[in-house]
Amino acid sequence: MMKDIANLSYEEAYEALEALVARMESGALPLEQTVALYERGQKLAAHCQALLEDAELKIKLLDEAGSAD
Amino acid sequence: MKTFSVSEITGYIHELFDADRVLADVWVRGEVSNLTKARSGHWYFTIKDAAAQLRCVMFRGAARRLRIEVAAGDEILAHGRVSVYEARGEYQLYVESIETIGGFGDLHRQFEALKAKLDAEGLFDPARKQPIPVFPARLGIVTSPNAAAWHDIQTALQRRFPLVEVLLSPTLVQGAEAPQQIVMALERLNRRADTDAIIVARGGGSLEDLWCFNDEGVARAVAESRIPVISGVGHEIDFTIVDFAADLRAPTPSAAAELATPNRDDLLLDVDRLRARLAGLFSAALRENARDLGRLRSALRFVTPGKRIALQERELAARRLRLSRAAAAALERRRDQLASAIKALARASPDHILARGYALVTDESGALIREAAQVSKNQRLNVQLAKDQIKVKVDG
Repeated sequence: MMKDIANLSYEEAYEALEALVARMESGALPLEQTVALYERGQKLAAHCQALLEDAELKIKLLDEAGSAD
Repeated sequence: MKTFSVSEITGYIHELFDADRVLADVWVRGEVSNLTKARSGHWYFTIKDAAAQLRCVMFRGAARRLRIEVAAGDEILAHGRVSVYEARGEYQLYVESIETIGGFGDLHRQFEALKAKLDAEGLFDPARKQPIPVFPARLGIVTSPNAAAWHDIQTALQRRFPLVEVLLSPTLVQGAEAPQQIVMALERLNRRADTDAIIVARGGGSLEDLWCFNDEGVARAVAESRIPVISGVGHEIDFTIVDFAADLRAPTPSAAAELATPNRDDLLLDVDRLRARLAGLFSAALRENARDLGRLRSALRFVTPGKRIALQERELAARRLRLSRAAAAALERRRDQLASAIKALARASPDHILARGYALVTDESGALIREAAQVSKNQRLNVQLAKDQIKVKVDG
């Protein structure tokens, strides 16, 4: 089953959204599928937005051995 | 008529020179000639270029502070003030310090030599340049933790793309030990498998300050780094060997952070744009489905009476239920469709057609006459017009 949306990276979520819109554009989908795609698309878009707006810069210091604390 | 003595006019000229801000503190570039170092410790020489020359004097104190060699023929940069030596009626440069451009030139010459050598080896070959990833998950930063550059980079990253994780690989960015620390900082990052790009950065400085970024070892480490390297060393105008060796050169540290990451605002716009297209496609799909339903519904009305309609109604109700969950707006659209279908039906009713000039022919029993064969000579027929009737008899 596809990774659920919550732990998709920004790049993965955005690309999934792009693919989904492209699929809807190809048209002639049964109503149920259109509704399902629409709802998943909304969730993906919301996830992308959240990632961008809520992110805080994480900074780590590499010690001599090159491992981050 | 006002007249001056030689002293008066020379004094006047002297004051003019001393009052001038430019002449009070000036750097003059020229080639040294007839240099004499007097026993008094004072130096007398002239500096010249193709078109002019300037007498110079460097008093003992300044001359002793000089750390570099100056010889006739050297191209130098002399710093001091220009004033008038009244006794000899000459102006001259009172020199405080000297930089040999030759000296400056040495570093310059070394820079050019190393650049040429590495260039010849193909270290700067565009084909070697690795692309910078568009969405870096992790960025390595090679700089000094307490340098302004590090602060600028953090600020730029926080503003542009705070999703990225930053690994600071600390190093000196000036002085003799800096080169091998930079190389080690790069190696620490290259040993890891999780870093998408590296920024090598430091703030502005003189040629000497930035010199460690012209070190051959550093240049090779940057060029051979498995992970793409963006250089952000010094200001716009400063070029170092690292800039040529890196996969991408940025004019400043914060510019390097901008080149390494996408801009959050642009990404938000992209997401909104996609979300709008998604909504547009969805409502279009609903309209499409609603129209099909509309056609289905009017066909039902026209063809199958009774129970089957009831059945269709139930089925339609089920669909409408699903549809209404999907979007009320689309149903509104569907009702419009129905209205126009009914109007179309009205247009097709018989009296509308009669009004257009057609007529209904029936026999006395009321049966409709469609062909001549149905009637016989002298048979009485009725012709139904839009508003009234005519009785006729068949002639032939």
